[in-house]
Amino acid sequence: MDKAGAALKLTELFGEYNAVGVIHSVVVELSKYIIIILFAIYTWHCFTVFMGRNEERKDTIYRRQNKIMYVIHFICSLVLFLNSLDWKVLIIYLVQLVLLVFVNKAYIYVYHYASKLVLNNMLMLLMIGFVMIGRISQGFVVKQMIFAGIICLLGLFIPLIIEKAAYFDQFGVAYAVLGILLLALVFVIGEERYGSRNWIKVGSFAMQPSEFVKIIYVFFIAAFLAKSTSLKNVVKIGIIAAVHVLILVAEKDLGAALIYYITFLAVLYVASGRAAYLFLGLGAGSAAAVVAYHFFTHVQNRVTAWQDPWGTIDTAGYQVAQSLFAIGTGGWFGMGLGEGLPTKIPVAESDFIFAAISEELGTFFAICLILVEISCFILFINIALKMTKRFYKLTAFGLAIEYIFQVFLTIGGVIKFIPSTGVTLPLVSYGGSSVISTVILFCIIQGMYVLNCREEDNVERKPKRQQSR
Amino acid sequence: MLRESLRDSRAGRKSANSRGMPQPSRQERERQREVRRGNRQILLVTYCITIIFLCMAGFLVYFMAVQSQEIINNPYNKRQEVLAKKVSKGKILSADGKVLAETKTGADGKDTRVYPYKDMFCHIVGRAVNSMTGIEGKQGYPLLASHINPFTQLANTFRGEKSPGDNVVTTLDTKLQKAAYDALGNRKGAVVALDPSTGRILAMVSKPAYDPNRVEQNWEELISDSNEESALVNRATQGLYPPGSTFKVLTAMEYLIENPDSYSKFRYECKGTDSFSGNVINCYGREQHGSLNLKMALAKSCNGAFAKIGTTLDVAQFRKLTERFMFNKSLPVDFEYNKSKFSLSKDSDMGELTQTVMGQGKTMITPLENAVIAATVANNGEMMVPYVVDHVESDAGKRVTSYEPKSKGQIIDKWVAEKMNKLMRSVVTSGTGYSLSSLPYEVAGKTGSAEYDSEGNSHAWFVGFAPADKPKIAVSIIVEGAGTGSRYAVPIAKEMFGEYLGW
Repeated sequence: MDKAGAALKLTELFGEYNAVGVIHSVVVELSKYIIIILFAIYTWHCFTVFMGRNEERKDTIYRRQNKIMYVIHFICSLVLFLNSLDWKVLIIYLVQLVLLVFVNKAYIYVYHYASKLVLNNMLMLLMIGFVMIGRISQGFVVKQMIFAGIICLLGLFIPLIIEKAAYFDQFGVAYAVLGILLLALVFVIGEERYGSRNWIKVGSFAMQPSEFVKIIYVFFIAAFLAKSTSLKNVVKIGIIAAVHVLILVAEKDLGAALIYYITFLAVLYVASGRAAYLFLGLGAGSAAAVVAYHFFTHVQNRVTAWQDPWGTIDTAGYQVAQSLFAIGTGGWFGMGLGEGLPTKIPVAESDFIFAAISEELGTFFAICLILVEISCFILFINIALKMTKRFYKLTAFGLAIEYIFQVFLTIGGVIKFIPSTGVTLPLVSYGGSSVISTVILFCIIQGMYVLNCREEDNVERKPKRQQSR
Repeated sequence: MLRESLRDSRAGRKSANSRGMPQPSRQERERQREVRRGNRQILLVTYCITIIFLCMAGFLVYFMAVQSQEIINNPYNKRQEVLAKKVSKGKILSADGKVLAETKTGADGKDTRVYPYKDMFCHIVGRAVNSMTGIEGKQGYPLLASHINPFTQLANTFRGEKSPGDNVVTTLDTKLQKAAYDALGNRKGAVVALDPSTGRILAMVSKPAYDPNRVEQNWEELISDSNEESALVNRATQGLYPPGSTFKVLTAMEYLIENPDSYSKFRYECKGTDSFSGNVINCYGREQHGSLNLKMALAKSCNGAFAKIGTTLDVAQFRKLTERFMFNKSLPVDFEYNKSKFSLSKDSDMGELTQTVMGQGKTMITPLENAVIAATVANNGEMMVPYVVDHVESDAGKRVTSYEPKSKGQIIDKWVAEKMNKLMRSVVTSGTGYSLSSLPYEVAGKTGSAEYDSEGNSHAWFVGFAPADKPKIAVSIIVEGAGTGSRYAVPIAKEMFGEYLGW
């Protein structure tokens, strides 16, 4: 039901004096500020929770963060309900609540050693995504919940899988072959969407193989580089990585190509310890970008749209211009949930969800969101630093880079900081492939950390056992 | 938290040593080294990425704080309609407190924009329908923001009423505007009046005009423009005209700058016609001005004398002077305008040179640009950016945003401006602007008759300011296809000076 319909219903119920209409206006207006304050407190805790060693205090903070998430979820859902007076919104809210509570409890149990803050952030981002996608389209949010629900459930078994397959680092060749085959599948049964041929359709489900391959891809790089960083090995891996990237370029999936390329360079730098690789790679990448700019019109379009979206507002610049209108008009405190026009931005539910969030929940909220993403990244890095096994370390680091670089590409593109490349905001954007691969990514990092802690324990216990003998 | 985890591993080692505990085994040390291998690189990459993200957040803040207000004022941004559901669009007011535009709610609850002065302010105030223009367009978002007491807003919400939007207070003077509007009568043309010391736009009239109250009804006629009136165009800022003899102000200025010690020795013997490398230059009506110095050459607007001056000028430097005066440049103003054009260069031939220096040729100027030149002379050589919005205030009268005068800096030396002021006074005391000498204060100015076709038809120009010793107002007037400036444009200036400064 749209707003006009809701208003009509209200006048039938309450006569001229629009009581619920008034409540609605007041709730929308006040909720903007409350949500921003709550989210700011949440973000503050993301960075201050590590001050001091008191474990009890940490637990209190984590629980407080959880409460904040549930309160924000409740307020947003209430506003969405008042906007439409549609009972389905309440059902969707309850299902989401059950999902969030279940994942929270179950993951604390399964990922016992793992970072509680990573879990909190994951749930927070999922929740923000649910609210915003639900505000844009009810159909989309139902699908998103299904995908998120399934993958979160499966995610509970990831530590088990990791534990059983202790020889994860032995299949470097298999990862490479599988990854390239999956990516190339797009040429056989793929279809083109938004100018990129990076989707495949199985039955009624469309998916983006590059989202899944990016995890296997990190396994492949880490597996090879953990063994040796000799020049011969580096060249070999470089060529295989280049094949991945070139396939993506051929699919016109520039965002994924960039993510794959940067991840390779970063992991190579950490594995080899040689800055020369990094600079050489960045130089070659820049040269390739210049070449691509001269040969491909779709690259040129993105760049012109970035340089001057106003001059090309009827064509290439339309999306970025609409995105900036949304962010700018929303202002620091936002228009209020349901009060803006995010649907004017093409693909607002997916690649440009950051603009929709910024418009309705405000720039302050959006900046907090950026900080929460940084917090996730730093936590991943923290885990990578503590990893004992080289393969784990490189994998955790590679996945962290993939994650944060994707966040950089999407937010940077939306706010015209960099040319837009059309990638999703992990966990927040609508998109089955994206949410599935990101939850897997979170679970693998956490799962490997759990495994790492267990192995540490074993190492420490072993000498004792020898002594006692 | 990253440092902390590094510290963990290091500190653990140190404390083990210092407390005299048993040294860790070789195996253990190797394991520790293995754990730490690569961590330095990981940290470096992490720092870089964190810095990039902070830059990105900074960019977003910069966008919001500095750029966003201008960017969202775009016809492609459809959010004004959304805001208008909660806020009743504010008023546009003149400097003397009169309403130039306001929103009235009809009995059916539908809002309409009402313009009490009808077509008098139509171009500068603009319209809110059929693609927004003028102040209505550029200040659309401020007009739709409400800065009244939040509790009053809440009370309004409870009553189911819209809160009043903020009001935009302009620099426009309704009396002066009316004087200019009446003086221009039924003729096509434009008038701009500025306060030279601040750049405040005091009046801006463009004719033919249209009634902004009836834009939707008359739209077909307005855009088909069957009478070739171009009523939708703001001639004052968008109309490009040949400057005619008003351009001699700049030519004389350049001559002063290039000959600071010898300009007073300039002499020219006018016989009504002259030839420069085969290019014949005639004075208006072939009048013979006789022996002239620089002052009298300007006062009598002698074409021959200025063509001669032109032949001595450093063209590249002259071009730089005109570009300092914002020819070929974007003006930092918040309304629709066109760039004035100056195309003389070192490669130009003698014909173009002699035509350009006396205001014909390819030079094109807007009435606004000409007003800015006069105002800069009046303001001792310092150019003030013209502006029309003084401040935005809430409906309760609290200031929300104030716009301060902005200087473009000292465009010409003070002595040049003072000398030009004197030269332009002589135009009134003993030249083509003589009819202004009856006013009780001194006026400085320059007339012009800009020919626009081969049959000798011309636009009438006047630029000037008063009082000459302490300028309070600078004007630029063009009357299309009228004839000479002294006959058709000067009387309008007289009406305006009289209205603003007294008779």
